[in-house]
Parts: sequence; C-alpha cells; structure tokens
Amino acid sequence: MPVHTAIRPDDLGFSDEAAMLKQTARKLLARRLPLEQLHKHVAGTIDPTRECVFDRDLWTEVVELGWPAVAVPKACGGFGMPLCAMVGLLEEVGRVALPCPLVATFCATAVLRSCRAPSAHELLKKIVDGTPVSLAITNRHGSWDHEDTDVRVRASAGLLTLEGTAHYVQEAQKAEFFVVKAQAAEGVGLYIVDARAPGVRIVPDAIVDLTRDQGQVDFGGVTVPAHACIAKPGEGAKALAAAWPAMLLAVTADMVGAAEWQLQTTAEYARTRVQFDRPLGFFQAVKHPLVDMMLAIDEARSLLYDAAWAYDHAPEETDVCARMAKASASDMAAYCSGRSVQLHGGIGFTWECAVQLYFKRQKHNEVLFGDGSFQRAVLAEQLLGPIAAVAGAES
Amino acid sequence: MGVSTLPHAPVGEPLSSCDDTAFRMHCRTWLAGNLPPPPNFGLPVSAIEIASDEQLTYLRNWQRAAYDAGLVGCDYPACYGGGGRTDCQAIANEELRSAGAPYLPNIVGLGMAAPAIYHHGTEAQKRRFIPGILSADEIWCQGFSEPGAGSDLANVQAFAERRDDRWVIHGHKVWTSLAQFADWMILLARTDRGHKYRGLSYFLVPIAAALGRGVEVRPLIKMTGGLGFNEVLFDGLEVGDDALLDQPGRGWSVAMTTLLHERGGGPLVTPGAGVGLAGDASQTRGPGGLPALARSCVRAGRAAADDPVIRDKIVRLLIRERGFLATEHRAGHPVLQEHPQRLQLQHKLLLSELLQDTARVACEIQGMASTLHRSHPGLVAGEWSHKYMNSYGFTIAAGTSEVQRNILGERVLGLAKSK
Repeated sequence: MPVHTAIRPDDLGFSDEAAMLKQTARKLLARRLPLEQLHKHVAGTIDPTRECVFDRDLWTEVVELGWPAVAVPKACGGFGMPLCAMVGLLEEVGRVALPCPLVATFCATAVLRSCRAPSAHELLKKIVDGTPVSLAITNRHGSWDHEDTDVRVRASAGLLTLEGTAHYVQEAQKAEFFVVKAQAAEGVGLYIVDARAPGVRIVPDAIVDLTRDQGQVDFGGVTVPAHACIAKPGEGAKALAAAWPAMLLAVTADMVGAAEWQLQTTAEYARTRVQFDRPLGFFQAVKHPLVDMMLAIDEARSLLYDAAWAYDHAPEETDVCARMAKASASDMAAYCSGRSVQLHGGIGFTWECAVQLYFKRQKHNEVLFGDGSFQRAVLAEQLLGPIAAVAGAES
Repeated sequence: MGVSTLPHAPVGEPLSSCDDTAFRMHCRTWLAGNLPPPPNFGLPVSAIEIASDEQLTYLRNWQRAAYDAGLVGCDYPACYGGGGRTDCQAIANEELRSAGAPYLPNIVGLGMAAPAIYHHGTEAQKRRFIPGILSADEIWCQGFSEPGAGSDLANVQAFAERRDDRWVIHGHKVWTSLAQFADWMILLARTDRGHKYRGLSYFLVPIAAALGRGVEVRPLIKMTGGLGFNEVLFDGLEVGDDALLDQPGRGWSVAMTTLLHERGGGPLVTPGAGVGLAGDASQTRGPGGLPALARSCVRAGRAAADDPVIRDKIVRLLIRERGFLATEHRAGHPVLQEHPQRLQLQHKLLLSELLQDTARVACEIQGMASTLHRSHPGLVAGEWSHKYMNSYGFTIAAGTSEVQRNILGERVLGLAKSK
C-alpha cells in the first residue's frame, strides 16, 4: 500500500506564514462578507436562470490581498507557497461560501504549473494580476477521465482551430481565459483560449448552487496561435494528472470549511432553540448527529492536511492521499449538509435560512472531480489491484 | 520542547543528552536489542484480557524491562520512580509501537491509577504507589462500575462506612478487568447517601492481600466464552484514612481525572505499546490486512477482492484508518486544531468503532468461514468473528460510544447536558 511511507513533520508543513494567511483570511472574510450580505447578494431571486452575480469589488479585494497569487510560482510573480497554505486559505473561503472564482482559478493554476510552455507562465502572471481563469476539460457525460473531451483541435498553416463543446465549466461567465482540453490525432492536448475570442460562446447552466456559476462553452471554429498550446497532443492527460491531487484538495478544503460552518451554525441553533422546555441539544437524537458531523469533518480535515503535505514533499503518495481526502470529504459534506437542514427543522427548509446556501454549495462540491464512490473505485485499483477478468464469463 | 531538570532516568543506559532526538534514539536502540522473544503460548488481544499466570508473567517481565530502560514513566518525577522528563512518553510510545513491542500489562495502573494518584495523592501515596505501577511490581484494577452504575457512574452504591478511624466497605463491583491478578484497586464508593456526586469518595484498596478478608473475586464469563472480567464483592473490608485519595466527598472529581486519562485526554501521556494502529496492528486488528484477506476468500465464484461492493467497503475502512492516524498526528500540534480537546476526546470512540467495523467487514469477506469458532481445526483466515464479538468490549468499556458522543457534544460543542 503506497501510504505510510514518508514520516510527517509535527506541523505537517503548516508554517507560521501559512497559519497567518489562514487567520487573516478568516477575520477578513467574516467582516467583509457577513451572512446576511451573502444571502442578499446571491439569493436575491429564486429564478434558476438568474443573471450571474459577480461582485467585482469583492474580487478586487481578494486580488489585492494576493490570494490568487498564493499558489503561483515566484518565477511568475506569485508567492509560491506550499499547498498547505493554499488549502488553509480555501478552508476559510468555504467557511463563508465565497462567491468568487478563487477555487476555479486555483485549479487552473495547478494545471498551468504542470505545463512548461511560456504561454502557461504568461497566464500565471495574469492570474497574479487578478484574471479569473477556469478549466474547460469536461465532456457531455461529466467524465473525469483525463482522455475524454468533446472538443477537437486541428492544425493548419501555423494556427490551431478548436471545434466542439466543453461542459460543466466552473465559473464560466466569470473566467476571462479557459484552459481547454482538446482531442488531436496524437491524443489530448491543453490550449489557452481567451473567453472573448471570436467563435467562443458561453451558455450558462441553470444550476442549483447560488454561490458560483457554471456553463457549457462552445468552440465554433475558434482559431488560436500555435503558442496557445501548453501541453502537446498526447501530453495533456499527463499534465492534468499531475495537477489533479491539488485540484481534489482545493475542493476538499472548500468542503471542510463549509462543513465547519454547517456544524457551528447548527450547534448554535441546538444550543438556543427550545422545544419541550429544553434546548434541542439536550436530546441525544440531536446531539449525536452533531457529534458525528464533527467526527466526519475532522477525518476529512486530517486527510486534507496530510495529503497537502504529501503533495509538496512525497509525490509518490499524493494521488492516494488526495483521493482519500476527497472521498472522505464528499461523504462528509453530504452527511453534514443533510443534518444541517434536518436539525434546523422547519426554518431549515426555507429559502430565507442560510443553511440552504451551504447545502447547495456542498452538493456541487461533492460531485465535482468525482464523488466518494468514484474516488474509492479508483483507490481500489491501487490498494487492492485491478479486478481480475472472469475466466469463462461467456459460458 | 521542555527538558526537565530533575535528575536521571531510573536505571538503564546513561543518556548523553536530554533532548528529544537523543531520547528517541535511546528508545530505538534499546528496543532494537531488547524486545522479548515471542512466547510459546498465545497472548490475548489486549491487556484487559490476560487470562493466565504465564501470560501475565511474560508481560510483567517485559514492562519491568522497558521501565528499567527508561521507556515507561518517563514523564513522572524521579522521586516517584519516573524518568524525570517532560513530553518524552509520547516519543517512547511512538517508538514502542513502531518496534512492534508487546503491550504493557499494568494498563489500569498506568492509564488510570498513576495519573489519579499523581494529581490527587499525598506525598506519601505518590512515593508508595507510583513506582510499583510503573515497574508492574503491583498490578491494579478499577472498581468503578456496578450492576446499577454503568454509564450512570455517579449512581455508585458501594458504601464505605466510617467506624472510629477506619472505613468499612461493602458493595459489588462488576466488569473488573485484571481483578484476578490485581494487588490493588482504585475504588469509587459512596460515603454519604445524601448527595449523588458529593457523596462519593475515592479509595486505594488492597485486593490480593485482602482475599477472604472482606474481598472476594469471581470470574465473569464474556459473550466470547473468554475470561478476563470479574465481579469483586466487598463484605466489610476495613481500610484506614491512608487508603483515601483526596478528601472524602471528592471522589467524583478524582474519577473525572481518572477517566480523562483513560480516554487519552489528560495532561499525562499514558505509557503504552502495541495498541496503536501503525504497523503490524493494522494487519492483525485494523483494516490493513483486509486486501490480502479478500484476495484469499472466494465470493460468488471469484476472489472477494474482485467484488465491487467488497472493494468499496474495504477502501472505506482504509480511508478511515488513514484519517485516524492523520488525526492522531494533527492532535499533537495546536496550530492544526480548532479546539484544544476536540481531537483528544475522539480517540477512543474512533478507534473502537473502526476496529469493530473492520471485524464486521472481515467476517463478511470470509462468508461461511466466519461461522467457525476460533478453535475450529484448520481455521486459517484469522479469528475475525472472535474479534468482532470482542470489539463490543471496547465500544462499551471506558464510557460507551453513546457516552463518548455525549461528552463530545457537551464539552466541545457546548450542547446542553443530557441528564
């Protein structure tokens, strides 16, 4: 089993700098985005085809704080901090359900970091300056196979032309650039496409989560220069695989932070809401599920920190550790979301109550990049070996 | 890390310096050459199931050797027989576990009696009792639970009556591990029937020396058919004031100190070996051995390891194990935690439920073979159905899982007390 190999330091690489970043983010976000304001901002309408809400002032503040730059290498003008710093920050982002394209941009950052092309470095510099970027890598089935895509690319006369559609693109209306996975004869490659380029059409999805946007991106004969290719055909899957653990951990961190909010908010309700002449939390039918939420959160958080350390220091363990963290967090998020609504009772079922915002963000996070059973099936390949072919299955 | 100024480790090799790394290397070096050879008889899964004199003698000699080498009781002051160090027991425990050392038999003494005596005892009591606990010269058992006082521990009815300057004890204790071998017992008894909590007092009472003179120990057979538990009946045992730990009426407070340490949340780290999940224990008790088990068992005509449902169940357990170990690690570092007691108080609950679920899935993987008793000739795939039954001892003892959830909900989440 490829875990347990490297000895972890006491602090799991969580330096003073990383701790400071997390603390500052928590304080600042609590002040800048109080719950009522979040609700007002994202839940103003029940119409699922609502306009995309993007608070540019808030994003500008996020950029001025340098958060998009945390994971960008120093060579591209970023801070080049270890992944544990980034996951600490994203926990706080999840805690306030931040409606900004930070997680999506971070995922794009991870992919750009695994590409050596100069244009990837140029886009990383733009990220430091506050350009939101997103990955357009998913096909119509929502597949997480690195080889799958419904976009094709062909080369002619020094130019590249993209044709097809990317589905389930995160923050599609906020992103200014897409990193597009496209199929050529030699395999899949990765390409940078300006969201405003002629032939690019963004079709918003009507989604459940109010704190982000998603859409399909049509590429109708979009022409880009040769240097827009950041991973050559046949090398795209490898670049995605290298970035994948960091992407899984980004979503995991968001889930852990959001779940901690669900736990604390629901515990507070159980401390104060009185029924049958007692606070709800007196009743073990309420108390024990709250404790089970805490146990599930702590397992996911421990696996998150452990995997982030592995990403920076023990690459051979990273894939297993990150998938374990995402699997744990996905199931945890489902449990905590369900309990947060149920234990709030009638009020928890209303639009007015903020638990719905987190419930929906978590349902989205749960499946993004593969849910718990998906991750466990992949892990089983590594921990138990592939399923043997059944001899004589035909007879 | 703190370095104590108290003199000398008890016996054993002189240490070149007192820093953590030197101490860790001392442990590692000593363990490399001094682990006892495996016995030619079986050892039970844990100390509380020791059933024979030869098992006890073997494990007692081992604890004594580890104590003499400075690996047990490192954080107790030298004047009480300890190593006079600070924050070193955790290091010794890590090394004991990674060396695959046998567990320490005086588990009640180390985990419960010693910290209670250290925090609440008189100077004379500390000097009298702690050295013998650390060295395993004196084996201890715990007299808390009664037929009418399980999870509701404060309902203890055993009574210590004041008669002149003596205490005369009557009562009935149950589920008492190690009582058949014990020299001493930590006893929670009532000294005042008028107050539920303030009416409790805490005593250190002789068992072996008082057998037939006010103390009777009767074996209690577990659902597995195994021994280990006992009933202890007190019928007029007389002890003096020197048997009282802390003041009369302070018994509940001392019991809370005791239970805090038993559950791994106290300020003193309990010396321990062989109970962690790292290394071999994962293979024999935890889910680490399940992939191999599943490859060896046949289910619906193919290896159980090729059944997608079984695979999912195994991977779930491996994730929980990895999460448990990562949480243990995180619990040691304040920056990585939200609340000081939040992770410590989860330890017993997480471990006992993980091992129980592991045994349950192992039985499922074994299929019909899991119907066989462990005595069945030719049983090769371990003793999982036995371990499964036995696992309930751990989800019930030391505060049931239900009580653990109450404690976590009340202490960490601040919910109203469920009583």
